[in-house]
Amino acid sequence: MNLQRFGAWGAILVGAVYFLVPLIGTLEFSLRMRRDGYSLDAYRSVFSDSQFHQTFGYSMLMALLTIVFGMLLVVPTAYWVRLRLPQMRQVVEFITLLPLVIPAIVIVFGYLRMYNSSSILPLTGSVTGTNILLVLSYITLSLPYMYRAVDTAMRAIDVRTLTEAAESLGAGWGTILFRCIFPNVMSGVLSGAFITLAIVMGEFTMAALLNRPAFGPYLQLVGANKAYEPSALAVIAFAITWLSMGLLNLATRFSKIAPARA
Amino acid sequence: MSTVSTPIAATNPALDKDRMVDWLGIAPFMIFAVLFLIAPTLYLVVGAFFTPDGALTFRNIADLFTPGILSAYWISIRVSVASALGGALIGFFLAWAVVLGGLPTWVRSGLLTFSGVASNFAGVPLAFAFLATLGRTGLVTVLLRDIFGFNLYGTGFNLLSFLGLTITYMYFQIPLMVLILTPALDGMKKEWREAAEVLGASNRQYWTMVALPILWPSLLGTALLLFANAFGAIATAFALTGSSLNIVPILLYAQIRGDVLHNANLGYAIALGMIVITGVSNILYLMLRMRAERWQK
Repeated sequence: MNLQRFGAWGAILVGAVYFLVPLIGTLEFSLRMRRDGYSLDAYRSVFSDSQFHQTFGYSMLMALLTIVFGMLLVVPTAYWVRLRLPQMRQVVEFITLLPLVIPAIVIVFGYLRMYNSSSILPLTGSVTGTNILLVLSYITLSLPYMYRAVDTAMRAIDVRTLTEAAESLGAGWGTILFRCIFPNVMSGVLSGAFITLAIVMGEFTMAALLNRPAFGPYLQLVGANKAYEPSALAVIAFAITWLSMGLLNLATRFSKIAPARA
Repeated sequence: MSTVSTPIAATNPALDKDRMVDWLGIAPFMIFAVLFLIAPTLYLVVGAFFTPDGALTFRNIADLFTPGILSAYWISIRVSVASALGGALIGFFLAWAVVLGGLPTWVRSGLLTFSGVASNFAGVPLAFAFLATLGRTGLVTVLLRDIFGFNLYGTGFNLLSFLGLTITYMYFQIPLMVLILTPALDGMKKEWREAAEVLGASNRQYWTMVALPILWPSLLGTALLLFANAFGAIATAFALTGSSLNIVPILLYAQIRGDVLHNANLGYAIALGMIVITGVSNILYLMLRMRAERWQK
């Protein structure tokens, strides 16, 4: 028994070293910009770069649009499948998992061929069109996470009874969906939203191949041209991921309290 | 008789209308999935079997087996297999440690929270983190040199190589394994162990004859998932090695950007090859997961 605990601590120790050393290394490297000692110069350099602000803002906006339109697609679909088309459940679930099977680079390759300027739907022909295509590609990427988060939240509520109750009070479909279903699966919507935020903020492939000025390609560009700024950016990116996941945990914890009140 | 059948006949049109509405409900989702997921993929799959002029051919598929492309697939497969096996093994021990190792609960919640973050910390920033740690002027490289007089790069180690990429990929592979395997280990019933012990089994016998036979579909299945995960990844490798390490996604990236293979349809064939590889490993994963779930009731 003692040997077992010894082994367990050993495994955790090895894991902790492997996981923490790169973080410490990155942090240390990001402070090394000045020769005579540690400083925050790399961060100052990053924050004063207008490209940083532009690409960061652009990716934030894309993430926001992805979350709003993704949820408008996912929540009604998950609701409808639970309420009226249970026989389609496996098919829909299978489709939502496809983006985990088909590599992102393959999906965007398909977009570039199908939606180029000489096609019926020439989305890549204009800036607005390409931006729309980028949001759509992000919705595709986050589909597995959004759908699962929302569907899990929907499992905890009685969709049928809620719908019938709302209908008997004279609510239309819009009211049912936005004032009845959405608030009740808010925890799922939020956790799906935060994981989407984490995915979109760091995403590289889609944005690079669609030639959009997003945060991911910017990171890559800085990495290819500068020495200390990349580490500072990695620390910032890690903080963003940590923040998204922290908010996600908060959202799921909130959901464990919510059904008890309902 | 006729009084019974009439009402049914009368409600039939209404029923049909209801069914129509039912299907309309998921129409937006289906249209989205077809337009932005299924059709673009099929476009490439079909295109792989045609020449640029539109004639049916197997030439593109055959061209995949030329040395340049084959070596890209080979190194991708090696990196994916190595990082999946390494990730699965270390992830298994970590999950084992927090579930069965008798550690305090804060270790468990700490590891799971961190795994949630680290499994999503991939892409370009991950490459930066490893460059700052194991790169030529990275923290570990410098410390090894200054304190132990050990020149890491003198041993032939290079972060921009097969080994370097594998070590880097494991940073998101291990947490993924921990997240998937912890519930599976939680599902191991205490009674199984007690029953084995009552029958006189040693710890070793319990693991080889009870625990591992139950766990192996989960273990192997998750390893396959990790494999597919690494196989499709590009951002980390791209930021780490530029285009010096010729893995399939980077080759495809270069092909999309500038038709380096001088045959657009050969690009489609490379994409098809990627889909086949990730597809097969995912199908095997699903089959193994179904097997694993037999014990988790």
